[in-house]
Amino acid sequence: MKTAALAAQLLEIAVALAAAPLFLGWLNQCRAWLSNRRAPSLLLPFRQLRKLFHKDAVLARNASPLFRAAPYVVFGTMVVAAGIIPSLSARLPLVAAADAVALVGLFATARVFLSLAAMDVGTAFGTLGARREMMVGFLAEPALLMVIFVASLISATTALPAISEHLATRTLTIDPALAFTAVAFTLVLLAENARIPVDNPATHLELTMIHEAMLLEYSARHLALMEWASQLRLFNYACIGFALFIPWGIATREIGPAGLALAVPILALKLAAAGAGLALIETVSAKLRILRAPEFLATAFLFAVLGMLVRGLLGAPPSP
Amino acid sequence: MTDPLLPSAAIHVAIDRQLLDACAALQLLIAFAMLAQRRIVSLVNLLAAQGAVLAAATLLLAWRTGQGHLYVSGVLTLALKVAFLPWLLHRLIDRLEVRFDAEPALNVSGNLLAGLLVVVFAFGLAQPITHLASTAMRNAIGIALGVVLLAFLMMITRRKAISQVIGFLSMENGLFFGAMSATYGMPMVVELGVALDVLVAMLVLGVFFFQIREQFDSLDLHHLESLGERR
Amino acid sequence: MIELVLMLATPAAGATVLAFGRWRRHAPELNAVFSFATFLAASALTVRVIGQGPQLLIGEQFYIDPFNVFLVALTAFVGLTTALFSRPYMRIEIAHGRITAARLRLYHSMYQLFMLTMLAALTTNNMGLLWVSLEAATLSTVLLVTLYRTPRSLEAGWKYFILCGVGIAQALFGTILLYFAAERALGAEGVTALLWTHLDGVKSQLEPAVLALAFVFLLVGYGTKAGLVPLHSWLADAHAEGPTPISAVLSGLLLNVALYAIVRCKVLVEGSLHSALPSRMLMGFGIASVALASVLLWRQRDIKRLFAYSSIEHMGLATFAFGMGGAVATFAALLHMTVHSLTKSAIFFATGHAAQKAGSQRMEDIRGLVTLSPTVGWGLMLGTLAILGLPPFGVFASEFLILTTAMREQPWAIPILLAALGLAFAAIFGRVQSMVFGETNMRRLPHAPALLPVFAHLALVLLLGLYVPPYLAGWYEAAARLIGGH
Repeated sequence: MKTAALAAQLLEIAVALAAAPLFLGWLNQCRAWLSNRRAPSLLLPFRQLRKLFHKDAVLARNASPLFRAAPYVVFGTMVVAAGIIPSLSARLPLVAAADAVALVGLFATARVFLSLAAMDVGTAFGTLGARREMMVGFLAEPALLMVIFVASLISATTALPAISEHLATRTLTIDPALAFTAVAFTLVLLAENARIPVDNPATHLELTMIHEAMLLEYSARHLALMEWASQLRLFNYACIGFALFIPWGIATREIGPAGLALAVPILALKLAAAGAGLALIETVSAKLRILRAPEFLATAFLFAVLGMLVRGLLGAPPSP
Repeated sequence: MTDPLLPSAAIHVAIDRQLLDACAALQLLIAFAMLAQRRIVSLVNLLAAQGAVLAAATLLLAWRTGQGHLYVSGVLTLALKVAFLPWLLHRLIDRLEVRFDAEPALNVSGNLLAGLLVVVFAFGLAQPITHLASTAMRNAIGIALGVVLLAFLMMITRRKAISQVIGFLSMENGLFFGAMSATYGMPMVVELGVALDVLVAMLVLGVFFFQIREQFDSLDLHHLESLGERR
Repeated sequence: MIELVLMLATPAAGATVLAFGRWRRHAPELNAVFSFATFLAASALTVRVIGQGPQLLIGEQFYIDPFNVFLVALTAFVGLTTALFSRPYMRIEIAHGRITAARLRLYHSMYQLFMLTMLAALTTNNMGLLWVSLEAATLSTVLLVTLYRTPRSLEAGWKYFILCGVGIAQALFGTILLYFAAERALGAEGVTALLWTHLDGVKSQLEPAVLALAFVFLLVGYGTKAGLVPLHSWLADAHAEGPTPISAVLSGLLLNVALYAIVRCKVLVEGSLHSALPSRMLMGFGIASVALASVLLWRQRDIKRLFAYSSIEHMGLATFAFGMGGAVATFAALLHMTVHSLTKSAIFFATGHAAQKAGSQRMEDIRGLVTLSPTVGWGLMLGTLAILGLPPFGVFASEFLILTTAMREQPWAIPILLAALGLAFAAIFGRVQSMVFGETNMRRLPHAPALLPVFAHLALVLLLGLYVPPYLAGWYEAAARLIGGH
């Protein structure tokens, strides 16, 4: 039993590592199609990572050990998060440690290290990016916590797998509280993963970049790990969203090959839909001014609080 | 109505109530959206959406409880609040050429936070009624009162005359929703009277706006604040 | 029943007829004729009630009892005299160029519509229709306040519309809550659940929590229309900027009907709650109105605003008296409503002509009325003395009764009331005296002023001060019993 569980856990982590660049590739393809451009290959992120790994790393003369360690720490937290989030099954061993608030803490750790490392070398862009990232993160965290709070109100637990199981096994209900919270979560996802409308992942203009600014000093394997980590971050957020709002397909009974085998294509389907949806949102939105980012996140917070209010005012949706 | 002995009947009942609750939640969302919105055309569209949700809830309730007068009420709401009044307002906006409202007194985020407090307060205020009501939608009474108070908040933080009027109409929508939640609507004659009042109020306002615009060349209420005690 | 139908149909017909422009030259006369017909119908109804007691008419939809019968007669009477006053007043306004004859079409038809809504509000038995009528009353007068189309009048009209609109929306919520409580007690009877007579019968079974909440909303809502502090800010502006006949009916009639609505609700709520909450709220709002109005009186420079604040003060006094409860205080409050209405409208008639003679509403521009036009001057003087509570006018009687009851039951209020009344006396009397006597700067009016209404009102007030007719006193006492208290 235990080896099977361990194998399943490793499988989940492997799937995450493989799927994250694929997800980003799919997202970029959708954006290209929606913009009436020719799409890059689906495997382009893989090739970019491979290219980076083959290069020689260049470090600034005054880079501290923190700068050299940060990529590994960030990547490591993202991998651990990928293992914790119930993307394939709700019963995996590590998943038992998945308290949603602890997850938020993991993401926060990654962000802190990323920002510190960006400021480490002392360039203007790095500091600029770090400050902006911290501002967005500072505002996004309460919204994210509120989303988790509402979800835990509905399921009476903050353990993510338990929430997934609860929502997957109850009968289909129209739950306005969950609907509002889902909208809030989408907004937070856009903000935390540096997508339009909060940040343009393709830009390197000083006026507008947040995430890219923090990666400017990195090269070769460090940059590869950072890029992979941000792809993993997007994948993790998407899986958290699935776990909270679209949990059907996650294996909820005891771990068996059949359950996992079914869960993988379902996950792929969900990722495909999510990627298309995100691409659509990015295409129809314009990037906000940095000054408007707090308003954007306040809207997210408001939606989450609305979800809580609706839950409190209306009570649980009546079940037959 | 479905035969209660059929196995699917219970699911029907539950879905009806879920839909009604979803309508209530949508009303609250629209009320908040109105609080945050600054484009006047979008405000009118939100008002029409609010009327549509109200009409949908009324008709659903009519179907579910079999009360005939609710059908009439729903159709009346559709005709008046979704079709006629927004059309009238759009025409007014076109001819008066207002587009944007000024920045509200608090910034948008502050307004929204105030709105949250107001909704919580409204919920507390409506508690005794929620406990006593026996209708299918009693949970929505607190939300209805919240919508009313949010519309009131919107009215007092706005500067353009037409935004205040939209807030006033939104308040009426909330009141109707409250009436529906608590008592399945009012007696038909009263509802007709209220509808007539709203209609006449809008017509009076239409005339009024032109008078104001003629005098001041703008619908900014700042011009209307000169009356004081100095005379 | 025929009298009721006639009484309501006449202003309706008047509004329709006057809405067409054919009668431009004779519209004021037509207006007066319709008002006179309404008055006749109202008198016939009153006579019937004297003879046969309270009437439940047209399938229980209308109810005339001692509380509203004298208000109905009063409304029709003041409507008539104001229409008579409005004739020469509007002619002079046209001659002065402040308004065109074309706009008078709106004025006259809205005036009749307003009378209809007042009478409907007073006689209806349905609390929902009471709300509808009061809202309709606001709507019919909004465009009248802005009749002169000056910036100030537009502002006053806007304030009036928004404040009263928001207020009345609160009253709608209160009515909904009332219906909610009624349904629980009476069963889902539909239309009959909002009938006051039915509600009065079961008031002890109505849910106290719901009714307490309902009363708060109803008091805030209808209190806005009655000019209770702190919802009074529309009143002074609307009175000052609208044409004088409108100020007269707003002060004389609308405030009364709003207070009537509040008291009807109070009867129901007290029957359900059996606590002092409604009384205390009424007393609180009343005293606050009296105190604040008398203080704000001092800052006024416009004569109509001055008397508008005086209206707020007197309405506050009546509210306070209703709050005190008991036979004597309620009798006094009802008497006060009557005499205040008559006196205040008379004052507005006089000030209307005074302002026309001076060409301005500012008190410092009006001087020496008595010299050039003794009737206007003395009308104003006597009216002011009447409203300030000098014996033997009726206001003295009602104020005296209120004060003595307060001394017995609510002694804490006495210093505030006396101080407020004293302040008002000083402010108003001083100003009016300098307006009436002294060097004149008045000009002659192009048409003769209408002063019969002024003196008719003042004569009635004097009469009521000296002698209250037995059936009127009987109504007051019956109404006082109905309204209850302790």
